[in-house]
Amino acid sequence: MTSCGGGGGGGGCGANCSSSAADDAPEERLARVTISTGAAATCGKCGVGAVVVVAGGVGLCGECLRAHLFGKFKLAVTSNAMVRPTDSVLLAFSGGPASRVALQFIHDMRSKAVESWDASNSQALPVFDVGVAFVDESALLSKPRREVELAIADIKSIVSSILPSDKAMHITPLEDVFSSESNGREGRLRELVGMINDDTGREDLLQCLRMLSLQKIALENGYAKIMLGSCASAIACHVLSATVKGQGYSLPADVQYVDTRWEVPVVLPLRDCLAQELSLLCELDSLKTQQLLDRPCSGINGLVASFVARLREENPSREHTVVRTAQKLKPFSFNKFSANGYHDFLPSRLRPKFQNVDSDESTLSEVLCLICRTPFSESELQNLESTKHKPQKKIDLYTAYCCQSCHFQILPGGANMYDQFFSLLPKFWTERVDTATASQSSLRDQIEDYLLENNDDEN
Amino acid sequence: MPVQSTAAPARAGSRLCVRCGERKAALKRPKTLEQICRECFYIVFEDEIHRTIVDNNLFKAGERVAIGASGGKDSTVLAYVLSELNKRHNYGLDLFLLSIDEGITGYRDDSLETVKRNEIQYGLPLKIVSYKDLYDWTMDDIVKAIGLKNNCTFCGVFRRQALDRGAALLKVDKIVTGHNADDIAETVLLNILRGDIARLSRCTFITTGEDGPIPRCKPFKYTYEKEIVIYPLHDIFQSILRCIYSPNAYRGFAREFIKDLERMRPRAILDIITSGENFRISTTTRMPEQGTCERCGYISSQKLCKACVLLEGLNRGLPKLGIGRTAKSGAGADGNGERQGKRPERNRSSLHGKHGNLDF
Repeated sequence: MTSCGGGGGGGGCGANCSSSAADDAPEERLARVTISTGAAATCGKCGVGAVVVVAGGVGLCGECLRAHLFGKFKLAVTSNAMVRPTDSVLLAFSGGPASRVALQFIHDMRSKAVESWDASNSQALPVFDVGVAFVDESALLSKPRREVELAIADIKSIVSSILPSDKAMHITPLEDVFSSESNGREGRLRELVGMINDDTGREDLLQCLRMLSLQKIALENGYAKIMLGSCASAIACHVLSATVKGQGYSLPADVQYVDTRWEVPVVLPLRDCLAQELSLLCELDSLKTQQLLDRPCSGINGLVASFVARLREENPSREHTVVRTAQKLKPFSFNKFSANGYHDFLPSRLRPKFQNVDSDESTLSEVLCLICRTPFSESELQNLESTKHKPQKKIDLYTAYCCQSCHFQILPGGANMYDQFFSLLPKFWTERVDTATASQSSLRDQIEDYLLENNDDEN
Repeated sequence: MPVQSTAAPARAGSRLCVRCGERKAALKRPKTLEQICRECFYIVFEDEIHRTIVDNNLFKAGERVAIGASGGKDSTVLAYVLSELNKRHNYGLDLFLLSIDEGITGYRDDSLETVKRNEIQYGLPLKIVSYKDLYDWTMDDIVKAIGLKNNCTFCGVFRRQALDRGAALLKVDKIVTGHNADDIAETVLLNILRGDIARLSRCTFITTGEDGPIPRCKPFKYTYEKEIVIYPLHDIFQSILRCIYSPNAYRGFAREFIKDLERMRPRAILDIITSGENFRISTTTRMPEQGTCERCGYISSQKLCKACVLLEGLNRGLPKLGIGRTAKSGAGADGNGERQGKRPERNRSSLHGKHGNLDF
């Protein structure tokens, strides 16, 4: 999975790091600020301000920290062609510090673009649009209705303070992924989640549903990109938890700036920023956050989050090292925008450069897991092939289209419950398998007449 | 074969073994949490190792194989199981025990007694190679000279080479070591935490050093440490000792993390190994080039092998020579030594604890 989903909404800085940030970060941060002001050290960059944080071995003042983080964000956006001037970008906002900073930064970028559009003579190039999505998971939280309403009102006020237009704010309940079917969407969501025995599996399924929800919002409202606030800390957690779940093969798919395996491509511009730095920036700039609807992460994800927190204490740059290790793995062909036709209608001098993603197997189409959309490894492919060549029921095919990890932690215990489970999944997922197999069988139908049976040979 | 009385007592007294359905379940298998009887536990434990050996073609008939024996639980169980399987399935192997005597009074001399007992019990010829003979230094001497900092680096580098030299003396075709699934999972994690992509790519190989003189393999790659502890072996466990110079060697963050994970989801250890095997590591990733040491002829990626650099430092009274990450070779080492000396904390941090001295 790409996003490291925030409990309350689409993919912000994520359950993984937000929970640990909520537990121990404030004290730590404060300690750091007081120590540094006590020592009256000056910023290593401008030499004027008082140091508030040490980033990359240099003590930075608040102003320089902001510039440092914004620089990373902007570099990620421009050097990977994340946003074209014609795009509408949907920012997944969870209320946590990372997505809050992303919201601020993308808004700053847009404001600058608008300024230069105003100033330019031709005014020929459009300026990208920004929208914000919040996925409301309160159906699964045992919080009083009143509290939830207040939290959502808070989220709305945060967003509207930056983006005044009502049209740009999408607050959608998670159960809406079950589209227009029956009225009992909330019940269906609860039933589906209730069928999963494994804590970690339940959490990971919610993550997948959250991404589906974002995709749906983006498709229905004409957004061209989804921007997540996944920061280095959240990605470091993901690297370790994916390893622990046996997803080593698909891991590099989730740690790149760009991920086009979805209908609407997903971009991660905060990939190089640490959660602590982002929280500190929120504090310094009084950027309001709202994490009431966050769910504390449990199971393997929770264990990994606390492990990473311990590593951070031992060495603050450990999270960067972990992310860098994962970046040395070979990404997939879908981890970049195809340069072909991407920049039509743009003057060449304005075409951003493309990241050099090393993927020699060109554009081999990957088989993706039905539920979590991770690419299949060799052994999973073999399993799928052998199922395809056997006479099967639809359920067998569905299960063969699930990766080993989902098989273990998401599919319900007994095979007799599979029928029920797959019928509860969003149609969007199961239909994809239906169409994939249908197109294959129709291809086979076309050549059927030309195929000789084995028996014929013998005769 | 008497099971240790402490090993996983059966709680549900009346439950039957899930495998045979006949006998009373005596323990919960750590790897799968299945309730299983003693007899079946031995069968599955040994069968899994047999399958690992057969499926990975670890041995050929007629090969001479040295078992790296420290006297600890892993290598003692390995020696027993391997000699049993060799007889039962006619592998046709000539097995030897190979031990290294680091010269640590109060630790190694005791564990070597265990190995000597194994020699008699399993009827396997034993060869002991000592640091004193090879390098003219014992670990006791080294610690006296350099103190307790970094001593594990010396011990690890010397042991690796001593194993190879002992194996050459025995004229064996292969060395097997008792690294278990927990060890390998831990190494995968540590390599991720350290960003060491080259080691990450090979730390899950069941056989390493195939291009070198004597390949090494790990028949316990998929065997859980807990099961090795449960597996009954006479009274050897009374004599398990911790090295007196690195009492905390097994207490790293990563180790604890893996134990926590195992408690939550036993299969996580295997999943980490699967991840390690499947990582998409680009073929263009630069791997260190293998050469030979100019001085001793041992395999080395530098002009001099690590053991020669360390030894030179010891003999010249510059024990920091070659310690730390940036040490490239013996040349210009004085300055190096000083620079390294400034960050002893880093070398001692818990992440480096065990794996400073265990090269996979």
